[in-house]
Amino acid sequence: MNAPQELNMAGARVGAGDTVTLEIDGIAVSVPAGTPLLRAGVAAGVMIPKLCDSEGLKPFGSCRLCLVEIEGRKGYPSSCTTPAEAGMKVRTQSPQLAKLRRNVMELYISDHPLDCLTCAANGDCELQDMAGVVGLREVRYGTSDANPGENHFTETAKDESNPYFSYDPAKCIVCNRCVRACEETQGTFALTITGRGFGSRVTAGQGESFMASDCVSCGACVKACPTATLVEKTVIDLGQAERSVATTCAYCGVGCGFRAEVKGTQVVRMVPADEGRANEGHACVKGRFAWGYATHPDRVTKPMIREKISDPWREVSWEEALSHTAKEFRRIQAKHGTNSIGAIVSSRCTNEEDYLVQKLVRTAFGNNNVDTCARVCHSPTGYGLKQTLGESAGTQTFKSVEQADVIVVIGANPSDAHPVFASRLKRRVREGAQLIVIDPRAIDLVSSPHVRAAHHLQLRPGTNVAVLSAMAHVIVSEGLVDEAFVAARCEAKAFADWREFAARPENSPEALEAASGVPAASVRAAARLYATGVNGRKNAAIYYGLGVTEHSQGSTAVIAIANLAMATGNVGREGVGVNPLRGQNNVQGSCDMGSFPHELPGYRHVSDTATRQLFERDWGVQIQSEPGLRIPNMLDAALDGSFMGLYCQGEDPAQSDPNTQHVTAALAAMECVVVQDLFVNETAKYAHVFLPGASFLEKDGTFTNAERRISRVRRVMPPLAGKADWETTLALAKALGYEMHYAHPSQIMDEIARLTPSFAGVSYARLEQMGSIQWPCNDAAPEGTPTMHVDAFVRGKGRFLVTQYVPTDEKVTRRFPLLLTTGRVLSQYNVGAQTRRTANTDFYAADLLEIHPHDAEERGIREGDRVAVESRVGRTLLPATVTERVAPGVVYTTFHFPESGANVITTENSDWATNCPEYKVTAVQVSRSGGA
Amino acid sequence: MNLEKLIAMANQIGAFFEAMPDREQAVADVASHLKRSWDPRMRQQILASLGTADEARLKPLVREALRRL
Repeated sequence: MNAPQELNMAGARVGAGDTVTLEIDGIAVSVPAGTPLLRAGVAAGVMIPKLCDSEGLKPFGSCRLCLVEIEGRKGYPSSCTTPAEAGMKVRTQSPQLAKLRRNVMELYISDHPLDCLTCAANGDCELQDMAGVVGLREVRYGTSDANPGENHFTETAKDESNPYFSYDPAKCIVCNRCVRACEETQGTFALTITGRGFGSRVTAGQGESFMASDCVSCGACVKACPTATLVEKTVIDLGQAERSVATTCAYCGVGCGFRAEVKGTQVVRMVPADEGRANEGHACVKGRFAWGYATHPDRVTKPMIREKISDPWREVSWEEALSHTAKEFRRIQAKHGTNSIGAIVSSRCTNEEDYLVQKLVRTAFGNNNVDTCARVCHSPTGYGLKQTLGESAGTQTFKSVEQADVIVVIGANPSDAHPVFASRLKRRVREGAQLIVIDPRAIDLVSSPHVRAAHHLQLRPGTNVAVLSAMAHVIVSEGLVDEAFVAARCEAKAFADWREFAARPENSPEALEAASGVPAASVRAAARLYATGVNGRKNAAIYYGLGVTEHSQGSTAVIAIANLAMATGNVGREGVGVNPLRGQNNVQGSCDMGSFPHELPGYRHVSDTATRQLFERDWGVQIQSEPGLRIPNMLDAALDGSFMGLYCQGEDPAQSDPNTQHVTAALAAMECVVVQDLFVNETAKYAHVFLPGASFLEKDGTFTNAERRISRVRRVMPPLAGKADWETTLALAKALGYEMHYAHPSQIMDEIARLTPSFAGVSYARLEQMGSIQWPCNDAAPEGTPTMHVDAFVRGKGRFLVTQYVPTDEKVTRRFPLLLTTGRVLSQYNVGAQTRRTANTDFYAADLLEIHPHDAEERGIREGDRVAVESRVGRTLLPATVTERVAPGVVYTTFHFPESGANVITTENSDWATNCPEYKVTAVQVSRSGGA
Repeated sequence: MNLEKLIAMANQIGAFFEAMPDREQAVADVASHLKRSWDPRMRQQILASLGTADEARLKPLVREALRRL
């Protein structure tokens, strides 16, 4: 439902025609032709009463409250469904309209319980508001003193099945807003209206409870509900909020804008903000509801230290913990050398915090041993896009998908991992865009309500490059290259080399079919569709995720994607582009902030003397010109005895990184491991110092999402442990003898802007003014850059690179005949540290192994059986689910629960360019565990 | 550092660049990649393998690139 401070008046919808001028209540107003009169009224400052209309939903015309009179026309048309025309004279108030509206409201209220004083929506109820607006003074029908609202489901029980919201059919006015939100905004089609007359009611699924239905708990229906029919349980428990704070979600890389509604320092609810440009008022079950971890009893709020990892933790003061850490790090450096310590930066933390950690490493540590958890997800994106297009970032806005005619989704599962973007994508497909899915699994997008992929190239794990090269072959050999674009925008020699390579017979779909398992005809059809578009409309966009990057050829695949986009002219305008779907909220930002061991902020190499000198002057230190260690290299060096101290901020490599045995052995070999986190995670089991972290609700800063959008994170409550993460890093730097002077994160951003050309125009004042900014933002682009590479590539000319398919070393054998691939589900998030501490466990309580019926039958495995999964590096046990989502020969699991040990079995194979682990391909055997 | 792993990583880099039509450029690119993305201790260790029995396990392109570091 709507907060009182957010006036819900169909504000987002305007027509698309030429501007027309009309009069509403004598006020002249100009709007695009076709704009609903209700919206034109808003533009004229005239609020027309309404109930069934809602922000972002199509006009519905059922409530009959928004009736108006139009000069020269008969009757009382609904203003939400009547388009504005030139010269119209509209009246919104008249005695007859008032009478009609009162009659309508009277009928509504005759069918509604009159328990306003004890209702959860009291003070935030549009029905209540409209009753006041229309001047309702009596209700003549269907009421009695004993049983007000007697017609409406007085004996129907509430549906309390969903952990986050309640459904009370007695309060429903059948406005259809929830049903339409589920269809139009979310695209799940889980709700409908069943029954007739007084028997009409909202029904989930096939008359099931919300939890048993297809509902994905995105909360769109709850937000749309004008009454307390669908209402957050936290609102029922706590009442209405006192204030709201605009902030940004800390889950995936979509970066949804939220309004945190707060009472004192207690969050009452998180409401997706209509003005959030990444989400435009929508959310998913994680951002909308799964924020309770922030105050979970497991939160550690006191610093702790211990001599040995076998010792119990001892709570200490911040001062003692920090001085102990500083002493230990200096001791280690004295013993093992300057380069024997380093840090891991979290892609969950803010830009300002990430910037500070890399600054700490390059100043107080005196080396470049800093890396970010983006290493294990999207580092190949940074490499591949920099090499080809010239910038380590996606090219578009999320909104750009609304202009796409062909959408390729490769190695990504947006419905689960980037659900708010998936809703936008599905809406575009429902409008007629064609969809190509390239994925080993039949992800939801392949076939879901009113969405069906034109092509699903169900390739074998590890063969992305084979399929992409085969698509390139079709484009080159069938004359589908956009020659004019390539000639004008790309390096001629590099293109000629690539064209010759792509045209080779060994890169044909037929030649690569045996490797990829994808029928050549399907590859050819998909390539043609991508290159030629739909009915002459040629905008084709590629969206990809970790199913591309987390391979031994992850960088090659990213390059191959960029090659396809350049070859077909699909770069530099809306509706096209190369779009990495970042896994975490601030993957893009942490990379931008210089968190890699070879790059300073703004992706400038440490060997670049001019850049180094810029930072050296500002920071007053000398910066090493050689790259430092990446995360996997740090672990190897620990076992080698040359890397002995780690500051690990907001990251859990012991659960999230591959080959757990290797990771934990390396951590155990270190002399001082410092973990800064919300909870004692798996890595903290190997730590000597624990510094309490702060959740996104407890600090100020910015996140940068997958579309390069910098958005503010605002403090909603004080840090539970007394320090925001940036303050902890400052204190550690001071303990190490390097003082940094910032009173607020805005000052850190000022320094970033001063030293980083692509951020030169970014400041907190500017963010306040604009809401959010997509970098580059500087003198050349003072409003930011929604679409990149418009007239020229960042590197000048686009650069094609040859992408030879090299099979992974991870081969199936008779001993390990199946290929395991991994991913995440909608309700859980990465290692689950947050979502496992919320009611999201009601939706997904354990990692499961998906196995095809054929493979299951061969092994005597039935649904729910506990199975052993064994790879070359380890063995774990998982419950099996038998499903045709995976192809024969492929199994799949998630990694949300430490006890399932998904990474006990993944290997250390990694991307050739960046060492991003090959999580997506592990040869395994699966067998019934026999209860072992 | 584990030499086995370093050799495998270097050969992976070599496998990408050996598809390039200009071999001279490919050698330079492998060298540049190692120089720009590997920590010096990793480079030193793999360089130490040149002239030993381990050298044979390196792709020729990688060997050539290492000699330019």
